[in-house]
Amino acid sequence: MTTVAATSHPAPAHHDDRSFLRKYVFSTDHKIIGIQFLFVSLFFLLVGGLLAMQMRWQLGFPGKPMPGGGVLPETMAPGGVILPEYYIQLLTMHGTFMVFFAIMPLLVGVYANFLIPLKIGTHDMAFPRINMWSFWSFFAAGLVMLSSLFVPDGAARAGWTMYAPLSARHDLSGASFGQELWSVSIILVGLSSILGSLNYITTVINNRAPGMTWFRLPLSVWSLFITAILGLLALPVLSGAAIMLLFDQIIGTHFFDPAAGGQALLWQHLFWFFGHPEVYILILPAMGMVSDIIANGSRKPIFGYHSMVFAIVAIAFLGWIVWGHHMFVSGMNPTLGSSFMVSTLVIAVPSAVKTFNWMGTMWRGNIKFTVPMLNAIAFVAMFVIGGLSGIFMAATPVDMQIHDTYFIVAHLHYVLFGGSLFALFAAIPYWYPKMFGRMMSERWGKVHFWLTFVFYNCTFFPMHITGMGGEMRRLYDPNQYTFLQPYQPIRVFISISAFLLFATQIIFFVNFWWSLKRGKPSGLNPWQDNGLEWTLPSPAPHGNWERVPTVYRGPYEFSSPQVPEDYLPQTRKLPSDREPAAASAARH
Amino acid sequence: MTHAAATVDQMRPPYPAERGLDVYNKKLGMWVFLASEVMFFAALIGTYVILRFGAPGEWARPGIVLNIKITAFNTFLLICSSVSMVKAYAAIQDGDPKKMRFWLLMTILGGATFVGIQVYEYIHLVEHGFVPSGVREGSELAELVAKGTLPAATMGLYGSTFFTMTGFHGFHVTCGVISMTYLYLTKALPGKYSQRDYGGIETVGLYWHFVDLVWIILFTIVYLI
Repeated sequence: MTTVAATSHPAPAHHDDRSFLRKYVFSTDHKIIGIQFLFVSLFFLLVGGLLAMQMRWQLGFPGKPMPGGGVLPETMAPGGVILPEYYIQLLTMHGTFMVFFAIMPLLVGVYANFLIPLKIGTHDMAFPRINMWSFWSFFAAGLVMLSSLFVPDGAARAGWTMYAPLSARHDLSGASFGQELWSVSIILVGLSSILGSLNYITTVINNRAPGMTWFRLPLSVWSLFITAILGLLALPVLSGAAIMLLFDQIIGTHFFDPAAGGQALLWQHLFWFFGHPEVYILILPAMGMVSDIIANGSRKPIFGYHSMVFAIVAIAFLGWIVWGHHMFVSGMNPTLGSSFMVSTLVIAVPSAVKTFNWMGTMWRGNIKFTVPMLNAIAFVAMFVIGGLSGIFMAATPVDMQIHDTYFIVAHLHYVLFGGSLFALFAAIPYWYPKMFGRMMSERWGKVHFWLTFVFYNCTFFPMHITGMGGEMRRLYDPNQYTFLQPYQPIRVFISISAFLLFATQIIFFVNFWWSLKRGKPSGLNPWQDNGLEWTLPSPAPHGNWERVPTVYRGPYEFSSPQVPEDYLPQTRKLPSDREPAAASAARH
Repeated sequence: MTHAAATVDQMRPPYPAERGLDVYNKKLGMWVFLASEVMFFAALIGTYVILRFGAPGEWARPGIVLNIKITAFNTFLLICSSVSMVKAYAAIQDGDPKKMRFWLLMTILGGATFVGIQVYEYIHLVEHGFVPSGVREGSELAELVAKGTLPAATMGLYGSTFFTMTGFHGFHVTCGVISMTYLYLTKALPGKYSQRDYGGIETVGLYWHFVDLVWIILFTIVYLI
């Protein structure tokens, strides 16, 4: 086995003589793959945002020509006025891009790849080449999805949830090739996630540095590990469903077509059996990284480390038995609905454990209001709002009223934007120095944070109100209903806030690109953190360590009385520390 | 117990690490991958079960459309190839690469024959008019539908589920045959496997047994009941 092991674990830093192509394009280095994911998914985040802006134009100013809309072809927006069939493509592709090509790869693709080997102390992933394939199948999926915007009949038109039979029969949706490309792309995304997940799981189980016991793992690694298990088991179900959908579309099978005996509801069950674990794939890594950043920014050990770990596990487990709450109005047996309601409400318990632990960590801490810390605090606040509205819709009687309204839109954006994206605005500047060796601008980071925080709430909070008033999501022009006309001023306010929110993101992108070359050099450990990654040079070299480090304690020993500094790295050996057994088992 | 030293060698990476599952990476990775495969086939098989029991009318009895005898032989062949896989694994554990090569080749042949028979079966079914969308008009089977021997209402679902499930299983067998051939040519023939290093054989063997197990389930629920 020695030969195999030697090839799958790259040589230490000084042997780095790979060609440019092997180093930056077809790289097997987990850090480069993470950075590849970062650039590609930031691009898709921008694409998703642009699609959303067009929707907001139509909702704020229905029937008016969109500025710059003249460049769009007649089939989408003649004279810049958005057509209904283009609007439904916009909302479908906005959801698809944001969930599968922005948030999920930003959280998992970027940070599972970049952080896991660095934080557990190993040279690379267990299977570096499979890891490369994971990125390239994601990239191919993204290209397929992007190309579907430009095919003659237009992109997929059934919403990101692709409910059948609208998605399965071209005569109903009016789109054909775009619809098929969606299915192909999703199958590829599934493949990418499965390949990634099996790598993350194997690496965390088998390749931890000596002394890095399970309960010394940082919470970010715990959450990414549990997320990988969710992805491993949920994505194949989506792939299976997408394959059946594709077969319905191209070879005439009848899985989801009720006219030929198939079951439209079956798609909903398969989709949400994947879809609810997916919701936690989109939030658990954010929770983990925010835990690391809050402990660091408060200069205090994380409050209730073990309960945090068990809360992650509990949320992940409960995530498998709640999918029916997306289908309360789909004609499900009410008894079954009640059990889904109860299991959903129970998720509030581990979520609250986490929230109170974050507050307990900050309580009487020596808080440093850095950009990552500000965004992490915003994450906690926004997640609480999104979590509370989630409890509303978990209750069947309330959900009957608000199902498929803007209340849902508000909720999902509070957890996905207010939650996941604020966590990313915290994580990106926090680990930026270890990726590129430079700091992002602190001043512009703060400007970006405050403007985003204000405009974000102006955009999404009013949606609760219109949603309670009965405004349906995915509606081309709500003014066609008399009872929704009085909300038009609110919709204008939301649209203008959304435009400002989008404009604010330019600050982030400029800061990101400018700092690549011009940012302040960061040094080893700019945040004075305890994690293993901060013992490496910035950017970290290929192969990470020449010799894997030895770990003596957990990652949250801030303000320890044992040392004069307010942090105590995991690798620092104090006289009272014992050598871990695994360290002496070294073979060479 | 003669292989204790070799086993320990495989379980440990060449650098110090915290104790994991005491299983080397490749093997653990395959187990993890198979977990996701279970979920994939659960989606396909679950769909079949739901569609069949919720079908608007009776389901076609299996013997009418499908040739059970030839598939029963095919099933026997696939089970035999699992046995030969185990023989290959046992041979290399005993340090006999020649015997291992023989049994690995037998496994490859068994798998390839399975795929060949399945392709033959598909061609035959399509000729008789059984296609993924149901029954082709004007075909032999369409007459049976007209006579009432086959239920008209559920043939579409029957075709959809049959071809999707067995097709994806066949795809998995093909992937297995390709990987085993690759290992045979690049590792087994040049003599790279030994008593101390047989990770590739064990890992592909796990996959092969999984594919075999899925087929036993599929054969039972599609061809027998």
